[in-house]
Amino acid sequence: MKPFLKSFLRVLEWLLPLAGFLVIWQSLSTWLDLPAFIFPSLDVVWTRFTQSLLNGSLLYHGSITLIEIMLGLLIGSLAATFLGYRIARSPRLERALSPYLVASQAIPIVAIAPLLVIWLGPGMSSKVFICSLIVFFPILVNTVVGVRAVPVALHDLMHSLRASRWQILWKLEIPAALPVFLGGLRIGATLSVIGAVVGELVGADRGLGFLVNVGRGQYDTALVFVAVFTLISLALGLYGIVAWIEHQTLGWQEWRRGSL
Amino acid sequence: MSSVILRIQQLGIVFKDSNSGLRALEDVSFNVHSREFLCVLGPSGSGKTTLLRLIAGLLPASTGQISFSELKQPRIGMVFQQANLMPWRTVLENIMLPLEVTGVDEVHARKNARDMVDLVGLTGFEDSWPRDLSGGMAQRVALARALIHDPDLLLLDEPFGSLDALTRERMWTELSRLWQAQQKTVIMVTHSINESLFLADRVLVLTPRPGKVKLELTVDIPRPRNDDIRYTPHFGKLARRLKEAIG
Ligand SMILES: Nc1ncnc2c1ncn2[C@@H]1O[C@H](COP(=O)(O)OP(=O)(O)OP(=O)(O)O)[C@@H](O)[C@H]1O
Ligand SMILES: [Mg+2]
Repeated sequence: MKPFLKSFLRVLEWLLPLAGFLVIWQSLSTWLDLPAFIFPSLDVVWTRFTQSLLNGSLLYHGSITLIEIMLGLLIGSLAATFLGYRIARSPRLERALSPYLVASQAIPIVAIAPLLVIWLGPGMSSKVFICSLIVFFPILVNTVVGVRAVPVALHDLMHSLRASRWQILWKLEIPAALPVFLGGLRIGATLSVIGAVVGELVGADRGLGFLVNVGRGQYDTALVFVAVFTLISLALGLYGIVAWIEHQTLGWQEWRRGSL
Repeated sequence: MSSVILRIQQLGIVFKDSNSGLRALEDVSFNVHSREFLCVLGPSGSGKTTLLRLIAGLLPASTGQISFSELKQPRIGMVFQQANLMPWRTVLENIMLPLEVTGVDEVHARKNARDMVDLVGLTGFEDSWPRDLSGGMAQRVALARALIHDPDLLLLDEPFGSLDALTRERMWTELSRLWQAQQKTVIMVTHSINESLFLADRVLVLTPRPGKVKLELTVDIPRPRNDDIRYTPHFGKLARRLKEAIG
């Protein structure tokens, strides 16, 4: 088959479910014929989308949320990686901290988000904090598991070569732990989007979560859909970036094919 | 014989494992001479790997001492029971590792690694991933990696244990060729009598737990040794003595 045709079919394969989804949506909305504030038809959503894109509000609120997500992801994953590495190398630290770390997972983030917004204010910092919090645990666990899984025999090899602590970190521990770590980052990237929206829904005057609130309050359901789809694209984009990093760095893993 | 480069005296190690502790090695003493090929033979669990790990400084001894003459920090090349390659590095990058650790610049390291690839007969596989190598090829990469930084002492832990008989015998020939070309001091662990007689200048036999030196045998078979030596009466006599010592 011609390579052009092949890639064309690839895209088609990928677009088909989306097209199906849109067709079902549109036929449902014409068939049910509900008022737009309950179930808007596709073209209403589309109009709302272009409208908010043109007046700049979508870009504004979207970029606020994106910044919160990215900052939260950055801070959360840095903290989790650092602590995870220390825990992986120190059984004592693990014994001391693990009950609390696990317990922290039992706290529903939705329940404490209002508190955090009260403490840190309705601005971006409370959302960044919520994102970091929600991202922290999966990345921590994956860092611990990844560092622990470094084969002892390879440690022996590095020691027999009289490698320094830094060399062991860079040439052995980081590359060996990378696959599992990136798996954690993937989960973290999508969770971070949820964290930001939860924070904004609880209390904010900016961001996509705020836009959802506005749409809901004004019975502007099309706007809610626009905000939700933007959030989905953000999550997809972040996921794609992590997947791309994996693809670039983990080419040696044979099973790493496909996009999930 | 040439000078002693490694002296091992009353070496012993106890693993704090169960209630009593496991004595893996006890009162092991021997010398290693410069450019000697020494084989350590013993049944499974007799502490052969432990002995190599002690010499490489990967484990602290419980009793006794290991002293290197002249060199305080000898350079060590090690081949483990499994090839032990880094799966995220290509063949060439795996072989380069010891040079990176010692701080040789990238261009030199690459060039030397290419030479090593040729030396172990893997030309054309420089950029392969370890997962795509056969067991024998992987062990050759491990051997190249152990040799590249010009070590003072080569420690081989049953490097061919996982290979089939045919490949193993081909590797013996290659190893003895390499050893003669590079003039290295080698300590090789094995549990094959044939392997030790084919390669070694001297063979030490360890007893089962706790490991002690039971027999020290000089292998006075002229080199180069080929397949035919196996059918000589002298080979048979040496093999029988080793067999009896292992029990
Ligand atoms: N790190 C360790 N902790 C506890 N016990 C150990 C450790 N390493 C080795 N041992 C024990 O010491 C004994 C000798 O082990 P070693 O691996 O040196 O044997 P070996 O002669 O290399 O055996 P094989 O031929 O099967 O490789 C074994 O009983 C093993 O269980
Ligand atoms: Mg062993």
